[in-house]
Amino acid sequence: MNKIIIENLSLQYSDGTESLKGISMEIRQNAVTVLFGPAGGGKSTLLRCLNRLNDLTEVRSNSGRILIDGEDILDPKTDVIALRRKVGMVFARPVTLPMSIRENITYGLELAGEKRRAKLNEAVERSLKLAAIWDEVKDRLNEPAIALSGGQQQRVCLARVLALQPEIILLDEPTSGLDPISTGKVEAALYELKKNFTVILVPHSVQQAARTADHAAFFLQGELIEYGDGKKMFTAPKQKKTEDYIMGRFG
Amino acid sequence: MEKSLNWREFVITRAVKASGYSAIVFVLLIFFFLMREGLPAIGEVSAGNLFSIRWYPIEDYFGILPLITGSIIVTIGATLIAVPFGIGTAVYISEIAPRWMREVLKPLVELLGGLPSVVLGFLGILIVSPNLRILLDLPTGLTAFTGSLLLGGIAVPTVVSVAEDALDAVPRSYREGAWALGATPWQTIWRVTLPAAKSGVLTAVMLGVGRAIGETMTVMMVTGNAPVLATKLGSLFAPVRTMTATIAAEMGEVANGSVHYHTLFLIGIILFLISLTVNVLASSVVFRTKKRAERILS
Repeated sequence: MNKIIIENLSLQYSDGTESLKGISMEIRQNAVTVLFGPAGGGKSTLLRCLNRLNDLTEVRSNSGRILIDGEDILDPKTDVIALRRKVGMVFARPVTLPMSIRENITYGLELAGEKRRAKLNEAVERSLKLAAIWDEVKDRLNEPAIALSGGQQQRVCLARVLALQPEIILLDEPTSGLDPISTGKVEAALYELKKNFTVILVPHSVQQAARTADHAAFFLQGELIEYGDGKKMFTAPKQKKTEDYIMGRFG
Repeated sequence: MEKSLNWREFVITRAVKASGYSAIVFVLLIFFFLMREGLPAIGEVSAGNLFSIRWYPIEDYFGILPLITGSIIVTIGATLIAVPFGIGTAVYISEIAPRWMREVLKPLVELLGGLPSVVLGFLGILIVSPNLRILLDLPTGLTAFTGSLLLGGIAVPTVVSVAEDALDAVPRSYREGAWALGATPWQTIWRVTLPAAKSGVLTAVMLGVGRAIGETMTVMMVTGNAPVLATKLGSLFAPVRTMTATIAAEMGEVANGSVHYHTLFLIGIILFLISLTVNVLASSVVFRTKKRAERILS
């Protein structure tokens, strides 16, 4: 089932760089969709359109439609705060907020108005378990999150997003700063997550793209070059440019 | 060629070193001078007199308590005005204002910081104090509160400038992290940006306090200069005299080497110790920030 439908999406930043040129694609529910390609291709920009985080950067023009569950989220009337609760995001560098581990998880819920202690505690345990970090932090929930290692912080950030029970999870190179073991743990968590969520991932390498993709989209300089089944894309790409990139001939 | 280069290198290094050391030497010289001129007062004036509530040097009453409380009450008042206002302005400039507004406001605030305090005192006498007298129905408009208002105005640019730098240094990713969780701009500022910039904001407050407590000209012009012990809240709306104003007003006409002269220097020592404490507190906070920043980056 299609969760997100993107229709002819274009975006130009204020400094004149054109980041997205007429992108149209459909993103499936309960699957991992991977957006890959060389730097500056528009992958992150597309992610940041999906939760309207681009509202806060200087954008010159933004056209097209993004339908999530049939509703156009680019409509100025959209409740952006509610949208961001529904569409969670994990960043390239782990951004733990300057609070304890527990508060990092409960922060989003408290913002949403949840005050009941039991609910919050339950959410902390559930989301930390989902992010595969519960065993490592369960005895130190009240310590500052900044004291954790990079890999642990990144999984706390994932848990923080999961605590809000979003429907869509955006991950922007979530393992770019992590060692292989932590990367493996995050990828394993993703595999579990897609059972209940729609996952959109910008991987930090072609290898990771190939490992995780159910569906894959290849972006080059703001254009969507090829989009299709992940397995096929990485074994028998249709486009010459995609093949060149996967084979490491450029990028 | 080789030799002359070495020789030049030698002279330049020494010159730079000498100017560095001279800063320390000057501070020490000032300190020793203050001590030499001020400490004799402790022997010459009995402790009972020194810590009495009457400052009337012509008849040998050297009670410094009214001056200390005067300074404290004016400074506290100024802080209460400068801190919320200054931090609010800093938050607005750094977090809310559009780019063009920021580019106008920031230099403007810095310009305000460079305003000579005598000009502010002038405005205080002509505009603030008469209006305050009418507004609050006081016998005189030259009160501690008038001083606090103007000192607050003087401290605001310091607070804004330092706090804004601290807020600006908070990584953008912190804000995006909060936004992505569905935080409103205000929730982001209050729960994420401000706490992350906490130590820098604290430094801003300390420097603002330091600026207020050492200020002389404005307070001398607008606080009425009556050495009355400030004990209750009502003292805020009565004339007071600060330590700085006392020194500035009386130093010119005191006999060199007299008891009065030594006591004025003693007041100078006390002032020096107070601003030293504030500065040390401020820099220790700054130092802590640095260490924490290193920890985050490592």
